[in-house]
Amino acid sequence: MSKLVYLVPLFPLLGFLINGLLRKSLSKSAIGFTGSGAMLASFVVSLLIFFDVKNGGGATVQLFNFIHVGSLIIPFEFLVDPLSSLFLLIITGIGFLIHLYSTAYMHEEEPMHFGRYFAYLNLFVFSMLLLVLGGNYVVMFIGWEGVGLCSYLLIGFWFKNNNYNAAAKKAFIMNRIGDLGFLLAVFWLIVKLGTVSYASVFAAVSQLSATDITIITTLLFVGAMGKSAQIPLYTWLPDAMAGPTPVSALIHAATMVTAGIYMIARSNILYTMAPATQTLVAVIGLSTAIFAATIALKQNDIKKVLAYSTVSQLGYMFLGLGVGAYTGAVFHVMTHAFFKALLFLGAGSVIHAMHHEQDITKMGGLRSKLPITHITFLLGCLAIAGVPPFSGFFSKDEILMAAYNTNPIFYYVGMGGALLTAFYMFRLYSLTFLGNFRGTSHQQEQLHESPIAMTLPLMVLAFFAVVAGFVGIPELFAPHAHALEHFLAPVFADSAAVVLACHLEASTEWVLMGTTTVLIVIVIVYAVNKFKKYTAAEPNTGIAKVLENKWYIDELYDAVISKPLHLVAGFFKNTVEKKLIDGAVNGVGKLVSYGSRQFRLLQSGQVGTYILMMVMALVLFIIIWFNDNAIMYYLHKIF
Amino acid sequence: MIPVLLLFIPVVAGVLGFFIKEQKTASNWAIVTSIVTLLTAVVGIYCMPAASLQLQVQWLPSIGASFSVALDGMSKMLVLLTAISMPLILISTRNNNYKNPGVFYALMSLAQAGLMGVFVSMDALLFYFFWELALIPVYFLSSIWGGEKRIAVTFKFFIYTFIGSLLMLVGILLVYLHTKDHSFAWSSFTDTDLTSGEETLPFFLFFIAFAIKMPIFPLHTWQPDAYEQAPTATTMVLSGVMVKMGLFATIRWVLPLFPFAAKQFAMPIIILSVIGMIYASLIAIKQDDIKRLIAYSSIAHIGLMAAAIFAGGTLGLQGVQVQMFNHGINVIGLWILANTIESTLGTRKLSELGGLATKAPTMAILLVILAFANIALPLTNAFIGEFLLFNGLFQYNIWIAAVAGVSIILGAVYTLQMVQKVLFGEVSAVTANATEINSYSKWVLVAIVVFVIALGVYPQPLIDLTKDSVNALLVIK
Repeated sequence: MSKLVYLVPLFPLLGFLINGLLRKSLSKSAIGFTGSGAMLASFVVSLLIFFDVKNGGGATVQLFNFIHVGSLIIPFEFLVDPLSSLFLLIITGIGFLIHLYSTAYMHEEEPMHFGRYFAYLNLFVFSMLLLVLGGNYVVMFIGWEGVGLCSYLLIGFWFKNNNYNAAAKKAFIMNRIGDLGFLLAVFWLIVKLGTVSYASVFAAVSQLSATDITIITTLLFVGAMGKSAQIPLYTWLPDAMAGPTPVSALIHAATMVTAGIYMIARSNILYTMAPATQTLVAVIGLSTAIFAATIALKQNDIKKVLAYSTVSQLGYMFLGLGVGAYTGAVFHVMTHAFFKALLFLGAGSVIHAMHHEQDITKMGGLRSKLPITHITFLLGCLAIAGVPPFSGFFSKDEILMAAYNTNPIFYYVGMGGALLTAFYMFRLYSLTFLGNFRGTSHQQEQLHESPIAMTLPLMVLAFFAVVAGFVGIPELFAPHAHALEHFLAPVFADSAAVVLACHLEASTEWVLMGTTTVLIVIVIVYAVNKFKKYTAAEPNTGIAKVLENKWYIDELYDAVISKPLHLVAGFFKNTVEKKLIDGAVNGVGKLVSYGSRQFRLLQSGQVGTYILMMVMALVLFIIIWFNDNAIMYYLHKIF
Repeated sequence: MIPVLLLFIPVVAGVLGFFIKEQKTASNWAIVTSIVTLLTAVVGIYCMPAASLQLQVQWLPSIGASFSVALDGMSKMLVLLTAISMPLILISTRNNNYKNPGVFYALMSLAQAGLMGVFVSMDALLFYFFWELALIPVYFLSSIWGGEKRIAVTFKFFIYTFIGSLLMLVGILLVYLHTKDHSFAWSSFTDTDLTSGEETLPFFLFFIAFAIKMPIFPLHTWQPDAYEQAPTATTMVLSGVMVKMGLFATIRWVLPLFPFAAKQFAMPIIILSVIGMIYASLIAIKQDDIKRLIAYSSIAHIGLMAAAIFAGGTLGLQGVQVQMFNHGINVIGLWILANTIESTLGTRKLSELGGLATKAPTMAILLVILAFANIALPLTNAFIGEFLLFNGLFQYNIWIAAVAGVSIILGAVYTLQMVQKVLFGEVSAVTANATEINSYSKWVLVAIVVFVIALGVYPQPLIDLTKDSVNALLVIK
């Protein structure tokens, strides 16, 4: 079965081609059917592959040699193992639900743009599948830049709005900064090992010096910072909500931002051998988790809050990777995919009902009008906040416990972030669904629950957001019940052999877990009480204003990077190029022209004269040809 | 026989073409003959035995110059590029009208003959002859059919290349005097008694001529002006094929003739090339003129190739071969789009454009694909080239490669900025009446896009085309 893995990316590729090329002639339902059908087919194959791998299957499938130069051979190969098969399920499963949801959400679009939308969506999934399936770093890089391209196309989907285009461009360029790091890491591998295939690279780890490994892992991590929106390359993700809401769900849950986590989990042995990089990963991850959470406290745009929460949750995943909890990080990718897709699609349902209003201070009281959206959204909030027994609790707990094991400070800071998360998520929930309606009366009359194509995905995702945690039950509750850990064990075996796991005392773990849970519940109750009676916004002052303005980081980047870059470029263009270099050239030119007045008389501007000259030159040449003795004579005279 | 045909067909096409008076006839004649040339090249490269790919006859026996041409591994790539480019260029600009069309197309054909000659010559004197033959038609094309500032610009172009050619001629004579059998043959030139110290002077005499042609910073200022002022078809020849003369000649002549000097001066040349990459990329960010933007982007791309040539190594040199072809095809595509915009809307200013995605969706898709090829997105043809080029540079020096790598970020900045200003946003006053791209240009662009993606997914045929010559070159070094 695993040999048929190429079918998984093939279906979305076909979907892309059909919808892309025939979008003018296909009906909307045909387009929606093709796009979603491709995803469903892909999901079914992924499911079969998953069970095949679970039963000990798996394979490396070589399609052809992508590059073969000298001794460097880079095959176009796919690797099917527990890690990739798990990601396949997440990508195609959630991807399918988002496609299905989109058929209703995007229905107002003209047929041509509707087709374009689904073509991009399929291409996005295709790229992500390449990224995950690639059996070497170059195939991963193809998918890596591919998702960058698709995010660009989809963020700027409504291309008449130049703000959206700017957001799309920003996303691509920020990603490119990271991509350079990735690319340099690949070159480093080629120079040192002459190969980029995972199997050969990981087998040759012992041939690399400690410095090499540290540099390679750091460069790869720079790539991950871009793609997975970590400090300092995170600012594109919140802006990326310019795209249609289902696209946000896709970017935040199924594709794109989890790529960085996947890459480090895939390269886990390299990171295990580079403790310095691991510390860097953990510190950056934790800082991002807290930093983004503080910003989310004061955002009023429903999608912005969710966007910053993604940045923050990704930070937790990197914290997990940094402290060696690879399974925990992948676990959190999985649970986060469910609840974040759920939350974004829920937000989409709200925005749909509110006629494109996204400001939560102008919502309120939607609980009764959008019952399905409300319940599922609430479950998503409980899951992300880490309330037991919802899925987020298990995965976050696993990461935090491993963090405590490495350094208790990591744990306390991480717990602080978790409390912030609980606060801003329930602020969001309360402002949206509780209290009184604060929108216009026109909006109020038109409030309605979304159609089944939208609510069905919400319900499915809510189910998984609730129960997905049970695949990773901690040792504390039941010995050997962590199904995910067993499943992924082969992938992380080498790392596990290097780092001997030392488990916390059961009592410590109970105390930590208990305290955190109680605190989270207190924060939730506080937030709900505080915001359910919300009436009108007061202008923020002091630190609140700073948070509302996202710590002014965009302004800072603009002043420190963008502006100086344009200044230098302008200086080059107007001064160095025009005055200095071209000035010098023209100076020389004038000298020559002064000395060649006579020659210039020949340039009469008449075509006839020129052709005459050319013919004369040719004749002269032929004469020389037949009289080469004469030439020889002169040549000898000269030299 | 094949290389002679490749020269003969365009020359005949050109000479007969002079007498055609009518626009469509002249254009048709040039297109048909260029397709015959293309077929000849393809048959020659893929179907003919090696023996038919070279020819050597006496030319000036007393001084040891012969008419020696060969379609060898080193030249196959560029002969193919020259042969493919010409029909693409001529078909895509078929709607353009020219004064004295017969002469225009005749000169285009002669330029092609000159280019073919440059690539197949295995004799230094013959090479010099074709080098000039390629430039003269372009010089006339620009100065007669060019834009408003054509006289000044062409004059600058002329001075630059004239100085370069002169230096090269002196260089050729200097090496000639050091050949063991007093011959201009490439094989004799590569087997001289020049000591490593004596190599320096002729190395620079050759190299400066080629560096101007590429161009390498700071010898590049003729190029944006020339691209801007030349008629578009000529600009396409210039940037698609002709700038590769400098790169090719460096590989064919400089590296094997002066291996010590090439190694000794590699570092400063690479540094200049990389400065040029960053410098040109930054200027491209500030360009409001779409033609000048493409010109500076092209300078940045060529800079990387130049750097990789001197960095050496299998990956880098193979990358140069592959990328010369890919860059040629892709940049012609960009010029077609620039030409379409200018000729239908009457402006090249990005600030006046916008909203073309609404008005001309087909053109928008083609532009987006070529834009992403321009920034070497994986699965476009340019990625393979850049990947190998950067690899070569990285093996030479990590820091230089890292600095050069910044250009892939800057490239995204200016290319996406261009895409946004041309295609997106609301329709502007200028673009309100825009129409969809004409069908000649459209189908040529579709063909180019097929190249972009096919060679991006499966680049091996391009690599294999020059594999042996790259290996041979490494043996020489």
